[in-house]
Amino acid sequence: MKITKKEVEYVADLACMEISEEEKEIFTRQLDSILSYMEKLNQLDTKDIEPTSHVLQTDNVFREDKVKPSLPQDEALANAPDKKNGFFRVPRVIEEN
Amino acid sequence: MKDNICAEPIHRQLKLMSDGSVSSYEMVGHFIDAIERINPKINGYIAVKADYALARAKEIDSRRDSNEALGPLAGIPIAIKDNICTKGFETTCSSNILRSFVPPYNAYVVERFQDADAIILGKSNMDEFAMGSSTETSCFGPTVNPWLQDRVSGGSSGGAAAIVAADMASGALGSDTGGSIRQPAAFCGVVGMKPTYGRVSRFGLVAYASSLDQIGPVTKDVTDCALLLSVISGRDEKDSTSRDIEVPDYNKSLTCDIKGIRVGRPKEYFIGGLDSQVACHIDTVFGILGQAGADVEEVSLPHTDYAISAYYLIATAEASSNLARYDGVKYGIRDSQYRDLRSMYRSTRKKGFGSEVKRRIMLGTYALSSGYYDAYYLKAQKARTLIKRDFDIAFKDHDVLITPTTPTPAFKLGENISDPLQMYLNDIYTISANLAGVPAISIPCGFTKDGLPVGVQILGRPFEEGVVLKLAYALEQAMDLKRPLRFWEKGSPG
Repeated sequence: MKITKKEVEYVADLACMEISEEEKEIFTRQLDSILSYMEKLNQLDTKDIEPTSHVLQTDNVFREDKVKPSLPQDEALANAPDKKNGFFRVPRVIEEN
Repeated sequence: MKDNICAEPIHRQLKLMSDGSVSSYEMVGHFIDAIERINPKINGYIAVKADYALARAKEIDSRRDSNEALGPLAGIPIAIKDNICTKGFETTCSSNILRSFVPPYNAYVVERFQDADAIILGKSNMDEFAMGSSTETSCFGPTVNPWLQDRVSGGSSGGAAAIVAADMASGALGSDTGGSIRQPAAFCGVVGMKPTYGRVSRFGLVAYASSLDQIGPVTKDVTDCALLLSVISGRDEKDSTSRDIEVPDYNKSLTCDIKGIRVGRPKEYFIGGLDSQVACHIDTVFGILGQAGADVEEVSLPHTDYAISAYYLIATAEASSNLARYDGVKYGIRDSQYRDLRSMYRSTRKKGFGSEVKRRIMLGTYALSSGYYDAYYLKAQKARTLIKRDFDIAFKDHDVLITPTTPTPAFKLGENISDPLQMYLNDIYTISANLAGVPAISIPCGFTKDGLPVGVQILGRPFEEGVVLKLAYALEQAMDLKRPLRFWEKGSPG
Protein backbone atom coordinates (compact mmCIF):
# COMPACT_ATOMS: atom_id res chain seq x y z
CA MET A 1 0.00 0.00 0.00
CA LYS A 2 1.32 3.44 -0.97
CA ILE A 3 -1.25 5.22 1.19
CA THR A 4 -3.43 4.13 4.11
CA LYS A 5 -6.88 5.25 5.20
CA LYS A 6 -5.26 6.97 8.18
CA GLU A 7 -3.04 9.00 5.85
CA VAL A 8 -6.05 9.92 3.74
CA GLU A 9 -7.74 11.26 6.88
CA TYR A 10 -4.58 13.20 7.76
CA VAL A 11 -4.29 14.71 4.25
CA ALA A 12 -7.97 15.69 4.23
CA ASP A 13 -7.37 17.50 7.49
CA LEU A 14 -4.34 19.32 6.03
CA ALA A 15 -6.51 20.31 3.05
CA CYS A 16 -9.21 21.55 5.43
CA MET A 17 -11.78 19.35 3.77
CA GLU A 18 -14.29 17.08 5.42
CA ILE A 19 -14.72 13.77 3.61
CA SER A 20 -17.30 11.05 4.22
CA GLU A 21 -16.54 7.49 5.34
CA GLU A 22 -17.37 6.29 1.85
CA GLU A 23 -15.03 8.86 0.26
CA LYS A 24 -12.24 7.77 2.61
CA GLU A 25 -12.50 4.20 1.32
CA ILE A 26 -12.69 5.27 -2.33
CA PHE A 27 -9.89 7.84 -2.12
CA THR A 28 -7.60 5.39 -0.33
CA ARG A 29 -8.05 2.86 -3.12
CA GLN A 30 -7.81 5.41 -5.97
CA LEU A 31 -4.88 7.40 -4.57
CA ASP A 32 -3.07 4.13 -3.93
CA SER A 33 -3.43 3.12 -7.56
CA ILE A 34 -2.39 6.59 -8.81
CA LEU A 35 0.66 6.77 -6.50
CA SER A 36 1.67 3.21 -7.48
CA TYR A 37 1.63 4.26 -11.13
CA MET A 38 3.75 7.31 -10.24
CA GLU A 39 6.42 5.03 -8.76
CA LYS A 40 7.65 5.04 -12.35
CA LEU A 41 9.44 8.32 -11.58
CA ASN A 42 11.87 6.43 -9.35
CA GLN A 43 13.36 4.81 -12.44
CA LEU A 44 14.71 8.25 -13.39
CA ASP A 45 18.19 9.22 -12.35
CA THR A 46 17.73 12.84 -11.27
CA LYS A 47 21.00 13.32 -9.42
CA ASP A 48 22.45 16.70 -10.60
CA ILE A 49 19.13 17.67 -12.26
CA GLU A 50 17.73 21.05 -11.22
CA PRO A 51 13.96 21.15 -10.59
CA THR A 52 11.77 23.23 -12.94
CA SER A 53 9.05 25.18 -11.17
CA HIS A 54 8.45 27.46 -14.13
CA VAL A 55 9.41 27.28 -17.81
CA LEU A 56 10.13 30.97 -18.34
CA GLN A 57 13.45 32.49 -17.41
CA THR A 58 12.14 34.37 -14.42
CA ASP A 59 13.66 37.67 -13.52
CA ASN A 60 12.02 40.03 -11.11
CA VAL A 61 9.31 42.06 -12.78
CA PHE A 62 9.22 45.61 -11.51
CA ARG A 63 6.74 48.40 -11.96
CA GLU A 64 6.52 51.92 -10.68
CA ASP A 65 5.18 52.16 -7.15
CA LYS A 66 2.23 54.34 -8.08
CA VAL A 67 -1.17 54.41 -6.45
CA LYS A 68 -3.93 53.40 -8.85
CA PRO A 69 -7.67 53.03 -8.35
CA SER A 70 -8.66 49.67 -6.90
CA LEU A 71 -11.99 47.88 -6.50
CA PRO A 72 -14.48 49.86 -4.43
CA GLN A 73 -15.30 48.20 -1.10
CA ASP A 74 -18.91 47.35 -1.97
CA GLU A 75 -17.84 45.59 -5.19
CA ALA A 76 -15.07 43.68 -3.42
CA LEU A 77 -17.59 42.50 -0.83
CA ALA A 78 -20.45 41.87 -3.27
CA ASN A 79 -19.82 38.11 -3.49
CA ALA A 80 -19.30 37.51 0.22
CA PRO A 81 -21.71 34.99 1.79
CA ASP A 82 -21.76 37.11 4.96
CA LYS A 83 -20.59 40.69 5.56
CA LYS A 84 -21.11 43.50 8.04
CA ASN A 85 -20.00 47.13 8.19
CA GLY A 86 -17.64 46.76 5.23
CA PHE A 87 -16.03 43.55 6.52
CA PHE A 88 -16.22 39.87 5.64
CA ARG A 89 -18.01 38.24 8.57
CA VAL A 90 -16.89 34.81 9.84
CA PRO A 91 -17.78 32.70 12.89
CA ARG A 92 -16.28 33.93 16.15
CA VAL A 93 -12.62 32.95 16.55
CA ILE A 94 -11.91 34.48 19.97
CA GLU A 95 -13.35 32.73 23.02
CA GLU A 96 -15.69 34.74 25.24
CA ASN A 97 -14.74 34.95 28.92
CA MET B 1 -26.67 32.28 -47.29
CA LYS B 2 -28.31 33.61 -44.16
CA ASP B 3 -29.51 30.13 -43.16
CA ASN B 4 -25.94 28.96 -43.11
CA ILE B 5 -24.34 32.04 -41.65
CA CYS B 6 -23.71 30.24 -38.34
CA ALA B 7 -21.71 27.56 -40.14
CA GLU B 8 -19.34 30.06 -41.77
CA PRO B 9 -15.90 30.71 -40.29
CA ILE B 10 -15.27 34.10 -38.70
CA HIS B 11 -13.22 35.46 -41.62
CA ARG B 12 -16.21 34.81 -43.94
CA GLN B 13 -18.73 36.25 -41.47
CA LEU B 14 -16.63 39.43 -41.26
CA LYS B 15 -16.72 39.79 -45.06
CA LEU B 16 -20.48 39.19 -45.20
CA MET B 17 -21.03 41.88 -42.58
CA SER B 18 -18.71 44.41 -44.18
CA ASP B 19 -20.29 43.99 -47.65
CA GLY B 20 -23.75 44.41 -46.13
CA SER B 21 -25.02 40.86 -46.84
CA VAL B 22 -25.90 40.40 -43.18
CA SER B 23 -25.97 42.51 -40.03
CA SER B 24 -24.48 41.47 -36.74
CA TYR B 25 -27.96 41.69 -35.20
CA GLU B 26 -29.37 39.22 -37.73
CA MET B 27 -26.41 36.90 -37.33
CA VAL B 28 -26.57 36.91 -33.52
CA GLY B 29 -30.32 36.22 -33.85
CA HIS B 30 -29.56 33.12 -35.95
CA PHE B 31 -27.06 31.95 -33.35
CA ILE B 32 -29.61 32.38 -30.56
CA ASP B 33 -32.13 30.32 -32.57
CA ALA B 34 -29.49 27.64 -33.08
CA ILE B 35 -28.72 27.61 -29.36
CA GLU B 36 -32.40 27.17 -28.47
CA ARG B 37 -32.64 24.26 -30.88
CA ILE B 38 -29.35 22.50 -30.26
CA ASN B 39 -28.05 23.36 -26.80
CA PRO B 40 -30.62 21.18 -24.98
CA LYS B 41 -29.22 18.22 -26.95
CA ILE B 42 -25.53 18.76 -26.09
CA ASN B 43 -25.34 21.06 -23.04
CA GLY B 44 -22.46 23.16 -24.37
CA TYR B 45 -23.56 26.44 -22.80
CA ILE B 46 -24.23 26.86 -19.12
CA ALA B 47 -25.35 30.48 -19.56
CA VAL B 48 -26.47 32.41 -22.66
CA LYS B 49 -26.57 36.21 -22.66
CA ALA B 50 -29.07 36.66 -25.49
CA ASP B 51 -30.37 40.14 -24.63
CA TYR B 52 -26.92 41.50 -23.94
CA ALA B 53 -25.55 40.02 -27.20
CA LEU B 54 -28.40 41.41 -29.30
CA ALA B 55 -28.04 44.88 -27.78
CA ARG B 56 -24.30 44.83 -28.38
CA ALA B 57 -24.85 43.66 -32.00
CA LYS B 58 -27.28 46.51 -32.60
CA GLU B 59 -24.78 49.02 -31.25
CA ILE B 60 -22.01 47.65 -33.48
CA ASP B 61 -24.32 47.68 -36.53
CA SER B 62 -25.19 51.31 -35.99
CA ARG B 63 -21.52 52.21 -35.62
CA ARG B 64 -20.88 50.37 -38.89
CA ASP B 65 -23.77 52.23 -40.55
CA SER B 66 -22.25 55.57 -39.56
CA ASN B 67 -18.85 54.48 -40.92
CA GLU B 68 -17.11 54.47 -37.56
CA ALA B 69 -13.85 52.53 -37.23
CA LEU B 70 -14.52 49.03 -35.92
CA GLY B 71 -12.33 46.42 -34.23
CA PRO B 72 -11.01 43.31 -36.00
CA LEU B 73 -13.79 41.07 -34.63
CA ALA B 74 -16.66 43.53 -35.00
CA GLY B 75 -20.02 41.88 -34.47
CA ILE B 76 -18.68 38.34 -34.00
CA PRO B 77 -20.35 36.30 -31.20
CA ILE B 78 -17.96 34.32 -29.01
CA ALA B 79 -18.43 31.79 -26.21
CA ILE B 80 -16.18 32.12 -23.15
CA LYS B 81 -15.18 29.17 -20.98
CA ASP B 82 -16.69 29.55 -17.55
CA ASN B 83 -13.36 29.82 -15.72
CA ILE B 84 -12.61 33.14 -17.48
CA CYS B 85 -13.96 36.12 -15.54
CA THR B 86 -16.70 38.18 -17.19
CA LYS B 87 -17.71 41.30 -15.31
CA GLY B 88 -21.35 41.14 -14.27
CA PHE B 89 -21.85 37.60 -15.67
CA GLU B 90 -21.69 34.51 -13.46
CA THR B 91 -18.36 32.69 -13.66
CA THR B 92 -18.84 29.34 -11.95
CA CYS B 93 -16.00 27.08 -13.14
CA SER B 94 -18.84 24.50 -13.30
CA SER B 95 -18.48 24.13 -9.54
CA ASN B 96 -21.15 24.29 -6.86
CA ILE B 97 -18.74 26.25 -4.67
CA LEU B 98 -18.74 29.18 -7.15
CA ARG B 99 -22.30 28.81 -8.39
CA SER B 100 -23.28 32.34 -7.40
CA PHE B 101 -19.99 34.10 -8.21
CA VAL B 102 -20.28 37.26 -10.31
CA PRO B 103 -16.82 38.73 -11.04
CA PRO B 104 -16.36 42.46 -10.42
CA TYR B 105 -13.82 42.66 -13.29
CA ASN B 106 -13.08 41.21 -16.74
CA ALA B 107 -10.23 38.87 -17.59
CA TYR B 108 -7.58 40.51 -19.80
CA VAL B 109 -8.68 38.39 -22.78
CA VAL B 110 -12.28 39.51 -22.32
CA GLU B 111 -11.15 43.14 -22.34
CA ARG B 112 -9.24 42.46 -25.54
CA PHE B 113 -12.36 40.96 -27.13
CA GLN B 114 -14.43 43.96 -26.05
CA ASP B 115 -11.85 46.29 -27.58
CA ALA B 116 -11.96 44.22 -30.80
CA ASP B 117 -15.79 44.66 -30.85
CA ALA B 118 -16.45 40.93 -30.45
CA ILE B 119 -19.68 39.99 -28.65
CA ILE B 120 -19.80 37.67 -25.64
CA LEU B 121 -22.69 35.32 -26.32
CA GLY B 122 -22.43 33.05 -23.30
CA LYS B 123 -20.36 30.92 -20.96
CA SER B 124 -19.33 27.41 -21.92
CA ASN B 125 -19.47 24.21 -19.88
CA MET B 126 -16.27 22.63 -18.55
CA ASP B 127 -14.96 20.06 -16.12
CA GLU B 128 -15.17 21.45 -12.59
CA PHE B 129 -12.23 23.87 -12.15
CA ALA B 130 -10.88 22.46 -15.46
CA MET B 131 -10.09 19.16 -13.73
CA GLY B 132 -11.09 16.45 -16.13
CA SER B 133 -10.82 15.19 -19.70
CA SER B 134 -14.49 14.70 -20.56
CA THR B 135 -16.58 17.60 -19.13
CA GLU B 136 -18.26 14.92 -17.01
CA THR B 137 -17.06 16.47 -13.73
CA SER B 138 -19.14 19.63 -14.37
CA CYS B 139 -21.81 20.34 -11.74
CA PHE B 140 -24.09 21.14 -14.69
CA GLY B 141 -23.73 17.68 -16.24
CA PRO B 142 -21.60 16.62 -19.23
CA THR B 143 -21.41 18.19 -22.68
CA VAL B 144 -22.32 15.62 -25.33
CA ASN B 145 -20.23 15.11 -28.46
CA PRO B 146 -22.02 16.68 -31.47
CA TRP B 147 -20.96 13.84 -33.78
CA LEU B 148 -22.10 10.84 -31.74
CA GLN B 149 -24.58 11.10 -28.93
CA ASP B 150 -23.06 8.48 -26.64
CA ARG B 151 -19.59 10.09 -26.69
CA VAL B 152 -17.90 12.71 -24.53
CA SER B 153 -16.98 16.11 -25.94
CA GLY B 154 -13.59 15.90 -24.25
CA GLY B 155 -12.36 18.24 -21.59
CA SER B 156 -11.92 20.31 -19.83
CA SER B 157 -13.03 22.85 -22.51
CA GLY B 158 -15.65 20.39 -23.85
CA GLY B 159 -18.37 23.04 -23.92
CA ALA B 160 -16.25 25.43 -26.00
CA ALA B 161 -15.32 22.75 -28.56
CA ALA B 162 -18.86 21.35 -28.84
CA ILE B 163 -20.35 24.85 -29.21
CA VAL B 164 -18.04 25.64 -32.14
CA ALA B 165 -18.61 22.20 -33.72
CA ALA B 166 -22.38 22.69 -33.39
CA ASP B 167 -22.33 26.21 -34.94
CA MET B 168 -23.63 27.81 -31.72
CA ALA B 169 -20.92 30.53 -31.67
CA SER B 170 -18.45 31.84 -34.23
CA GLY B 171 -15.55 30.88 -31.99
CA ALA B 172 -14.68 30.31 -28.35
CA LEU B 173 -12.00 30.79 -25.74
CA GLY B 174 -10.84 27.83 -23.67
CA SER B 175 -8.01 27.18 -21.24
CA ASP B 176 -5.41 24.45 -21.48
CA THR B 177 -3.48 23.09 -18.49
CA GLY B 178 -2.72 19.60 -19.83
CA GLY B 179 -4.60 19.46 -23.12
CA SER B 180 -7.92 21.02 -22.13
CA ILE B 181 -8.22 22.96 -25.41
CA ARG B 182 -6.55 20.51 -27.81
CA GLN B 183 -8.16 17.25 -26.67
CA PRO B 184 -11.79 18.49 -26.88
CA ALA B 185 -10.95 20.22 -30.18
CA ALA B 186 -9.74 16.83 -31.49
CA PHE B 187 -12.81 15.01 -30.12
CA CYS B 188 -15.22 17.58 -31.62
CA GLY B 189 -13.48 18.14 -34.98
CA VAL B 190 -12.50 21.79 -34.52
CA VAL B 191 -9.25 23.78 -34.27
CA GLY B 192 -7.85 24.47 -30.79
CA MET B 193 -4.57 26.07 -29.78
CA LYS B 194 -2.59 26.31 -26.58
CA PRO B 195 -0.18 29.22 -27.04
CA THR B 196 3.30 29.36 -25.51
CA TYR B 197 3.24 29.81 -21.74
CA GLY B 198 3.47 33.60 -21.34
CA ARG B 199 2.01 34.50 -24.74
CA VAL B 200 -1.48 35.28 -23.37
CA SER B 201 -2.21 36.96 -20.04
CA ARG B 202 -3.83 34.74 -17.41
CA PHE B 203 -5.27 37.73 -15.54
CA GLY B 204 -8.87 36.82 -14.73
CA LEU B 205 -8.45 33.13 -15.51
CA VAL B 206 -9.47 31.22 -12.39
CA ALA B 207 -6.23 29.44 -11.48
CA TYR B 208 -5.94 25.66 -11.57
CA ALA B 209 -2.18 25.04 -12.02
CA SER B 210 -0.53 28.41 -12.50
CA SER B 211 2.73 27.22 -14.09
CA LEU B 212 0.82 25.26 -16.75
CA ASP B 213 -2.44 27.18 -17.43
CA GLN B 214 -2.78 29.07 -20.70
CA ILE B 215 -5.82 30.59 -22.51
CA GLY B 216 -6.31 29.92 -26.20
CA PRO B 217 -8.76 29.96 -29.14
CA VAL B 218 -11.21 27.28 -30.29
CA THR B 219 -12.33 27.90 -33.88
CA LYS B 220 -13.71 26.35 -37.06
CA ASP B 221 -10.49 26.76 -39.02
CA VAL B 222 -6.85 27.80 -38.78
CA THR B 223 -7.44 31.27 -40.25
CA ASP B 224 -9.89 32.04 -37.43
CA CYS B 225 -7.41 30.68 -34.89
CA ALA B 226 -4.76 33.12 -36.15
CA LEU B 227 -7.29 35.94 -36.02
CA LEU B 228 -8.28 35.31 -32.39
CA LEU B 229 -4.71 34.68 -31.28
CA SER B 230 -3.61 38.04 -32.71
CA VAL B 231 -6.29 39.73 -30.60
CA ILE B 232 -5.59 38.03 -27.24
CA SER B 233 -1.77 37.83 -27.25
CA GLY B 234 0.66 40.25 -25.68
CA ARG B 235 2.05 41.69 -22.50
CA ASP B 236 -0.32 42.55 -19.67
CA GLU B 237 1.11 44.25 -16.62
CA LYS B 238 -1.44 42.44 -14.45
CA ASP B 239 0.15 39.06 -15.28
CA SER B 240 3.88 39.24 -14.67
CA THR B 241 4.38 35.91 -16.48
CA SER B 242 3.00 37.38 -19.72
CA ARG B 243 5.96 38.21 -21.94
CA ASP B 244 6.84 41.46 -23.60
CA ILE B 245 7.56 39.85 -26.95
CA GLU B 246 6.20 41.43 -30.11
CA VAL B 247 2.92 39.92 -31.32
CA PRO B 248 3.20 39.28 -35.05
CA ASP B 249 0.17 39.49 -37.33
CA TYR B 250 -0.49 35.75 -37.33
CA ASN B 251 -2.67 36.05 -40.44
CA LYS B 252 0.52 36.73 -42.40
CA SER B 253 1.84 33.29 -41.38
CA LEU B 254 -0.90 31.56 -43.33
CA THR B 255 0.76 30.37 -46.51
CA CYS B 256 0.99 26.93 -48.07
CA ASP B 257 4.71 27.16 -48.74
CA ILE B 258 6.14 24.58 -46.36
CA LYS B 259 8.93 23.33 -48.59
CA GLY B 260 12.02 22.50 -46.58
CA ILE B 261 10.30 22.86 -43.21
CA ARG B 262 11.78 20.28 -40.82
CA VAL B 263 9.13 18.09 -39.20
CA GLY B 264 9.91 15.72 -36.35
CA ARG B 265 7.86 12.56 -35.72
CA PRO B 266 8.41 11.63 -32.04
CA LYS B 267 8.71 7.84 -31.99
CA GLU B 268 7.49 7.55 -28.39
CA TYR B 269 4.06 8.78 -29.53
CA PHE B 270 3.50 5.92 -31.96
CA ILE B 271 3.36 2.96 -29.62
CA GLY B 272 0.86 0.54 -28.08
CA GLY B 273 -2.43 2.13 -27.09
CA LEU B 274 -2.66 4.23 -30.24
CA ASP B 275 -5.96 3.46 -31.99
CA SER B 276 -5.42 2.01 -35.48
CA GLN B 277 -7.81 4.43 -37.22
CA VAL B 278 -6.12 7.40 -35.52
CA ALA B 279 -2.70 6.05 -36.54
CA CYS B 280 -3.91 5.67 -40.13
CA HIS B 281 -5.09 9.30 -40.36
CA ILE B 282 -1.81 10.58 -38.88
CA ASP B 283 0.13 8.52 -41.47
CA THR B 284 -1.88 10.27 -44.17
CA VAL B 285 -0.83 13.62 -42.67
CA PHE B 286 2.86 12.69 -42.91
CA GLY B 287 2.28 11.62 -46.52
CA ILE B 288 0.73 14.99 -47.38
CA LEU B 289 3.58 16.86 -45.72
CA GLY B 290 6.17 14.81 -47.60
CA GLN B 291 4.45 15.59 -50.91
CA ALA B 292 4.41 19.30 -50.06
CA GLY B 293 8.18 19.20 -49.67
CA ALA B 294 8.52 19.10 -45.88
CA ASP B 295 11.39 17.03 -44.48
CA VAL B 296 9.87 14.47 -42.12
CA GLU B 297 12.24 12.71 -39.76
CA GLU B 298 11.85 10.51 -36.70
CA VAL B 299 12.89 12.14 -33.40
CA SER B 300 13.00 10.93 -29.83
CA LEU B 301 11.46 12.49 -26.73
CA PRO B 302 12.87 9.87 -24.38
CA HIS B 303 11.17 11.04 -21.18
CA THR B 304 7.62 10.93 -22.58
CA ASP B 305 6.77 7.93 -20.42
CA TYR B 306 7.25 10.01 -17.25
CA ALA B 307 5.08 12.93 -18.33
CA ILE B 308 1.78 11.76 -16.84
CA SER B 309 3.31 11.16 -13.42
CA ALA B 310 5.15 14.48 -13.43
CA TYR B 311 2.11 16.36 -14.69
CA TYR B 312 -0.41 14.95 -12.22
CA LEU B 313 1.92 15.65 -9.28
CA ILE B 314 2.79 19.21 -10.31
CA ALA B 315 -0.73 20.17 -11.44
CA THR B 316 -2.41 18.79 -8.32
CA ALA B 317 0.19 20.33 -6.00
CA GLU B 318 -0.42 23.75 -7.54
CA ALA B 319 -4.18 23.13 -7.47
CA SER B 320 -4.17 22.22 -3.78
CA SER B 321 -2.62 25.62 -3.09
CA ASN B 322 -4.73 27.61 -5.58
CA LEU B 323 -8.01 26.12 -4.37
CA ALA B 324 -7.30 26.90 -0.71
CA ARG B 325 -9.04 30.23 -1.34
CA TYR B 326 -12.48 28.56 -1.54
CA ASP B 327 -13.36 28.64 2.11
CA GLY B 328 -16.80 30.23 2.27
CA VAL B 329 -15.55 33.69 3.25
CA LYS B 330 -14.87 35.93 0.24
CA TYR B 331 -17.13 34.45 -2.45
CA GLY B 332 -19.16 31.39 -3.33
CA ILE B 333 -21.30 29.33 -1.01
CA ARG B 334 -20.97 28.90 2.74
CA ASP B 335 -22.36 25.78 4.35
CA SER B 336 -24.82 26.59 7.15
CA GLN B 337 -23.82 23.61 9.34
CA TYR B 338 -20.77 24.54 11.43
CA ARG B 339 -19.59 24.96 15.00
CA ASP B 340 -16.61 27.25 14.50
CA LEU B 341 -14.44 28.82 11.81
CA ARG B 342 -12.48 25.69 10.97
CA SER B 343 -15.54 23.46 10.75
CA MET B 344 -17.13 26.12 8.52
CA TYR B 345 -14.17 25.83 6.11
CA ARG B 346 -14.30 22.05 6.22
CA SER B 347 -18.01 21.64 5.64
CA THR B 348 -18.13 24.36 2.96
CA ARG B 349 -15.37 22.61 1.01
CA LYS B 350 -17.06 19.24 1.48
CA LYS B 351 -20.34 20.58 0.13
CA GLY B 352 -18.91 22.78 -2.62
CA PHE B 353 -16.34 20.58 -4.36
CA GLY B 354 -17.11 17.57 -6.55
CA SER B 355 -15.23 14.32 -6.18
CA GLU B 356 -12.56 14.85 -8.89
CA VAL B 357 -11.63 18.23 -7.41
CA LYS B 358 -11.44 16.68 -3.93
CA ARG B 359 -9.30 13.83 -5.27
CA ARG B 360 -6.84 16.25 -6.90
CA ILE B 361 -6.66 18.48 -3.83
CA MET B 362 -5.90 15.34 -1.79
CA LEU B 363 -3.22 14.13 -4.20
CA GLY B 364 -1.58 17.56 -4.37
CA THR B 365 -1.70 18.09 -0.63
CA TYR B 366 -0.13 14.65 -0.13
CA ALA B 367 2.65 15.39 -2.66
CA LEU B 368 3.50 18.63 -0.84
CA SER B 369 3.22 17.25 2.68
CA SER B 370 6.14 16.86 5.02
CA GLY B 371 7.99 13.61 4.36
CA TYR B 372 6.65 13.20 0.82
CA TYR B 373 7.71 16.50 -0.78
CA ASP B 374 11.10 15.25 -2.00
CA ALA B 375 9.83 11.87 -3.19
CA TYR B 376 6.90 13.23 -5.15
CA TYR B 377 6.78 16.98 -5.82
CA LEU B 378 10.51 17.65 -6.13
CA LYS B 379 11.03 14.47 -8.13
CA ALA B 380 8.24 15.54 -10.51
CA GLN B 381 9.85 18.97 -10.97
CA LYS B 382 13.14 17.28 -11.88
CA ALA B 383 11.35 15.03 -14.35
CA ARG B 384 9.85 18.23 -15.79
CA THR B 385 13.38 19.52 -16.41
CA LEU B 386 14.21 16.35 -18.36
CA ILE B 387 10.95 16.51 -20.37
CA LYS B 388 11.58 20.15 -21.26
CA ARG B 389 15.16 19.28 -22.24
CA ASP B 390 13.83 16.62 -24.66
CA PHE B 391 11.94 19.38 -26.48
CA ASP B 392 14.92 21.77 -26.46
CA ILE B 393 17.01 19.08 -28.15
CA ALA B 394 14.31 18.04 -30.65
CA PHE B 395 13.73 21.66 -31.68
CA LYS B 396 17.42 22.19 -32.46
CA ASP B 397 17.01 20.28 -35.71
CA HIS B 398 13.26 20.48 -36.25
CA ASP B 399 10.90 23.40 -36.76
CA VAL B 400 7.80 21.54 -35.57
CA LEU B 401 6.85 18.17 -34.12
CA ILE B 402 3.74 16.30 -35.26
CA THR B 403 1.80 13.75 -33.21
CA PRO B 404 -1.73 12.48 -32.74
CA THR B 405 -3.62 14.78 -30.33
CA THR B 406 -5.22 11.83 -28.54
CA PRO B 407 -4.61 8.07 -28.53
CA THR B 408 -8.25 7.34 -29.41
CA PRO B 409 -11.29 9.16 -30.79
CA ALA B 410 -13.88 10.43 -28.27
CA PHE B 411 -14.62 7.72 -25.71
CA LYS B 412 -18.07 6.86 -24.38
CA LEU B 413 -19.83 8.89 -21.71
CA GLY B 414 -19.28 7.09 -18.42
CA GLU B 415 -16.48 4.90 -19.79
CA ASN B 416 -13.60 6.34 -17.74
CA ILE B 417 -15.30 8.41 -15.08
CA SER B 418 -15.06 5.79 -12.32
CA ASP B 419 -11.36 5.08 -12.95
CA PRO B 420 -9.36 8.31 -12.50
CA LEU B 421 -6.01 6.78 -13.47
CA GLN B 422 -7.47 5.53 -16.76
CA MET B 423 -8.84 9.02 -17.42
CA TYR B 424 -5.41 10.58 -16.71
CA LEU B 425 -3.63 8.17 -19.07
CA ASN B 426 -5.68 9.53 -21.99
CA ASP B 427 -3.78 12.82 -21.70
CA ILE B 428 -0.44 11.28 -22.71
CA TYR B 429 0.01 13.23 -25.97
CA THR B 430 -1.02 16.68 -24.76
CA ILE B 431 0.47 17.20 -21.31
CA SER B 432 4.13 17.47 -22.32
CA ALA B 433 3.50 20.74 -24.17
CA ASN B 434 2.31 22.29 -20.90
CA LEU B 435 5.23 20.92 -18.91
CA ALA B 436 7.66 22.31 -21.52
CA GLY B 437 5.64 25.51 -22.10
CA VAL B 438 5.67 25.16 -25.90
CA PRO B 439 2.82 26.14 -28.26
CA ALA B 440 0.65 23.38 -29.73
CA ILE B 441 -2.40 23.23 -31.96
CA SER B 442 -4.87 20.46 -32.76
CA ILE B 443 -6.62 20.45 -36.12
CA PRO B 444 -9.03 17.87 -37.54
CA CYS B 445 -7.39 15.39 -39.96
CA GLY B 446 -10.13 12.88 -40.65
CA PHE B 447 -13.10 10.95 -39.35
CA THR B 448 -13.40 7.36 -38.14
CA LYS B 449 -15.83 4.82 -39.62
CA ASP B 450 -18.27 5.81 -36.84
CA GLY B 451 -18.09 9.45 -37.93
CA LEU B 452 -15.92 10.63 -35.03
CA PRO B 453 -13.25 13.28 -35.68
CA VAL B 454 -9.51 12.60 -35.37
CA GLY B 455 -7.09 15.39 -34.45
CA VAL B 456 -3.45 15.93 -35.36
CA GLN B 457 -1.23 17.96 -33.04
CA ILE B 458 1.51 20.33 -34.19
CA LEU B 459 4.00 21.58 -31.60
CA GLY B 460 6.49 24.40 -32.10
CA ARG B 461 9.28 26.31 -30.40
CA PRO B 462 8.36 28.80 -27.68
CA PHE B 463 6.81 31.96 -29.18
CA GLU B 464 6.84 30.49 -32.70
CA GLU B 465 3.06 30.21 -32.97
CA GLY B 466 3.42 31.61 -36.51
CA VAL B 467 5.33 28.54 -37.69
CA VAL B 468 2.80 26.19 -36.06
CA LEU B 469 -0.09 28.07 -37.68
CA LYS B 470 1.61 28.06 -41.07
CA LEU B 471 1.99 24.29 -41.05
CA ALA B 472 -1.54 23.84 -39.73
CA TYR B 473 -2.89 26.07 -42.49
CA ALA B 474 -0.98 24.26 -45.23
CA LEU B 475 -2.27 20.91 -43.95
CA GLU B 476 -5.84 22.15 -43.66
CA GLN B 477 -5.78 23.44 -47.25
CA ALA B 478 -4.26 20.22 -48.58
CA MET B 479 -6.74 17.96 -46.75
CA ASP B 480 -9.98 19.83 -47.51
CA LEU B 481 -11.98 17.54 -45.16
CA LYS B 482 -15.57 16.55 -45.84
CA ARG B 483 -17.48 16.52 -42.56
CA PRO B 484 -20.20 13.93 -41.84
CA LEU B 485 -23.56 14.94 -40.32
CA ARG B 486 -23.93 15.81 -36.66
CA PHE B 487 -26.22 13.48 -34.75
CA TRP B 488 -29.29 15.74 -34.81
CA GLU B 489 -28.96 16.20 -38.59
CA LYS B 490 -29.20 12.47 -39.27
CA GLY B 491 -32.64 11.18 -40.20
CA SER B 492 -34.21 8.50 -38.02
CA PRO B 493 -33.08 5.05 -39.14
CA GLY B 494 -35.29 3.20 -41.65
